[in-house]
Amino acid sequence: MDLSALLLSRIQFGSTIAFHIIFPSFSIGLAAWLTVLEAMHLWTGRPTYRLIFEFWLKIFGIAFGLGVVSGIVMAFQFGTNWSVLSRMSGPIQGPLLSYETFTAFTLEASFFGILLFGRSRVPPWFYLFSTAMVALGTTLSAFWIMANNTWMQVPVGYVIENGRFVPNDWSQINLNPVLWVRFPHMVLAAYLTGAFCAAATGAWYLLRGIFPAEARVMLRMGLYFAAVLLPAQLVFGHFNGDYIHHYQPAKFAAIEGRWHNEQPASEVLIGIPDAETETNHYAISIPVLGSLIASMSLDSKEVGLTDFPVQDRPPVAIPFFTFRIMVGCWGIMLLIAWFGSYLIYKGRIEHYRLLLWATFLSFPLPFIAILSGWVTAEVGRQPWVVYGVLRTADAVTPFLSAQTVLVSLAVYCIVYTFIFTFGIYYIYRLLRTGPVGSLGLPPIGAVPNRPMSVINEQPETPTSRHVPAGE
Amino acid sequence: MVMFWVAVLAISILLYILLDGFDLGIGILFGLTGSEERRRAMMSAVAPIWDGNETWLVVAGVVLWGAFPVVYATLFSAFYLPLLVMLAGLILRGVAFEYRNKTERLRWIWDAGFAGGSLVAAFTQGLMVGALVEGLPITDGDYIGGNFGWFSPFALLCGAGLCLGYTLLGACWLVKKCQAEIRDMAYRLIPYLAVGLFVFLIVVFAFALAEHLRVIGLWLDRPYLFAFPAVGAIAALVAASSFRHHQDSVPFYMGALIFAAAFGTLAISFWPYMIPFSITIDEAAAPHSSLAFMFWGEGVFVFPLMLLYTVISYTVFRGKLKSSETHY
Repeated sequence: MDLSALLLSRIQFGSTIAFHIIFPSFSIGLAAWLTVLEAMHLWTGRPTYRLIFEFWLKIFGIAFGLGVVSGIVMAFQFGTNWSVLSRMSGPIQGPLLSYETFTAFTLEASFFGILLFGRSRVPPWFYLFSTAMVALGTTLSAFWIMANNTWMQVPVGYVIENGRFVPNDWSQINLNPVLWVRFPHMVLAAYLTGAFCAAATGAWYLLRGIFPAEARVMLRMGLYFAAVLLPAQLVFGHFNGDYIHHYQPAKFAAIEGRWHNEQPASEVLIGIPDAETETNHYAISIPVLGSLIASMSLDSKEVGLTDFPVQDRPPVAIPFFTFRIMVGCWGIMLLIAWFGSYLIYKGRIEHYRLLLWATFLSFPLPFIAILSGWVTAEVGRQPWVVYGVLRTADAVTPFLSAQTVLVSLAVYCIVYTFIFTFGIYYIYRLLRTGPVGSLGLPPIGAVPNRPMSVINEQPETPTSRHVPAGE
Repeated sequence: MVMFWVAVLAISILLYILLDGFDLGIGILFGLTGSEERRRAMMSAVAPIWDGNETWLVVAGVVLWGAFPVVYATLFSAFYLPLLVMLAGLILRGVAFEYRNKTERLRWIWDAGFAGGSLVAAFTQGLMVGALVEGLPITDGDYIGGNFGWFSPFALLCGAGLCLGYTLLGACWLVKKCQAEIRDMAYRLIPYLAVGLFVFLIVVFAFALAEHLRVIGLWLDRPYLFAFPAVGAIAALVAASSFRHHQDSVPFYMGALIFAAAFGTLAISFWPYMIPFSITIDEAAAPHSSLAFMFWGEGVFVFPLMLLYTVISYTVFRGKLKSSETHY
């Protein structure tokens, strides 16, 4: 194995999972929102909710489909590129990921069919139940993924026997307090993604003066929901910081850009970390705040990176910046959500076109926040793949050559770019068209387990509009 | 416990071969026909179930990782390039289902992706099975074959054979599922495919004899194994008779039975090896604590549910496709 095969494998894993995570984080939030919409529709009987439901269901279908397709690759990639890891940690990571497939994929796949075209065949409460089951499936999937990743971040409940990790306490693995702050953090992020996409779409329609009734509901629900969730996200983000501070001090120091031990520690707001000189350039920092954030005290001693041998330090610049990008996105979202909610409450939002524009343009923020948050967590974990126990460099498939990985990386890049471009284009086309009502009619050409086919807008023949789906 | 997971793994792989087998086979047939009407009928015949079929591949993959991590790590890294090609093929054929009717001008891209993706996925799967039968270069549990350690004429032959087999299953599914013109077309194809497959089996067998493959010796040691080919042969006879009487459903089930018999032959002749002739089932098994954790949740409760879901899905979409049912 040469070094570049390692580097290329890391790039490949990072980029394929980054591509993948966009879609689940979108669909987890959307599924939950669809459940809320369907419940609201049942409760109030207002057709607007139903119309919005049908509209977002189509978009959910595409996101779900692309998530499924890109997820299959992940199931194989541990084995192809990280054979040492998968051999050693297979007894723990394997069961966790198999639980994901067994509990989540099945639930999603079977109830998604009913969601797409079972409305006329099942009673309303069962349809609502199916929506909730799809939402539960996506959430369970997130749980097992987080359980798996948390074990890599903070490995617990195992002994090492014959060069492999043998689980000896599953409750410790699954009830790990770290998991129970990271999982809500991820779910909240996904919900925020759904909320902001809904609000942005609503704002877009209001700016264009179309679908005002639906647009107001989307904007109101999205921004109200986000306004409540964002503070909660701050709390869980802080808990995440606590676990990093406790279990991964080197990552914590990298995120903080703290090179040397300090007492009391200052907080670097922004700067350019330089690993060569072990200092930050152009740093703006606030005294004592670092101790306050890290330990809730005014005079605690906080460790710096130089406390760790060079080979045990993560790259500093990447987690340092991605963390700040994530927090920055959070801040902008909070401003928009709170100010927007206030204006909606006052009934004046439609006069503030600037805020509508800001809301419309804010839809990438939750995605950027999620991606940068993941990069912070994963790059900050380096140089370990299983923190403190197994180095990433030792986990890669030993006989892999750089050329081979280059080939696979190129193939994934080309294929993903190709299907992503078209998928995004179809989502855009749907969003632009808006919730034009064919209410009461099932989606045209909808077929269960073929999520993306719901997006057919123009049936090939006008008569097929009258054919109930699946008949 | 180990045996339970061997059984789950075997069921998952068999289900994958049978279900995605006909589905990939239809993809190959799709490439062989030019008419838009036929293509639509073919797609509609698998449209509602293909995604569920493919899920069994993921199921088999994660069961392998959880219950037999050594095999997962060794095989997947050894088959690096074939798996890459297979995954790319599966992705392209998957999105083709969804994208091809969004466009007229670019439809040829998705059509090529669907046929080509199905073909390479089938081929690489056969190739990997062939390489396994022949025996991968493994010493002391480590794969030492490099990028192309799986490459051999025998593996290529098996790749081509599986394409043929899947296509036959696909044609049988079309006979079962479709009416009129498309059914007749499938009926015309089946004899050629069946003869082709038969010739392939003879060639493979001769090849194995000539190369003194170890698997042949195993067969001679375990004469009861010939029960499986016997079942296959009977199934072939029943299929031939139903073919003559145009009993539309029977050929598919018999085709599936032939595949199951072939799978059973291979699986049992490798016993007790998981990777033939280098890693046994017991060597590969995860520690008891892993297997037990999987058993008491997903094994006892969820796995039966998954089978039930599959049955329900196929029950909902049973029967012949009506012409109005062309989903495109």
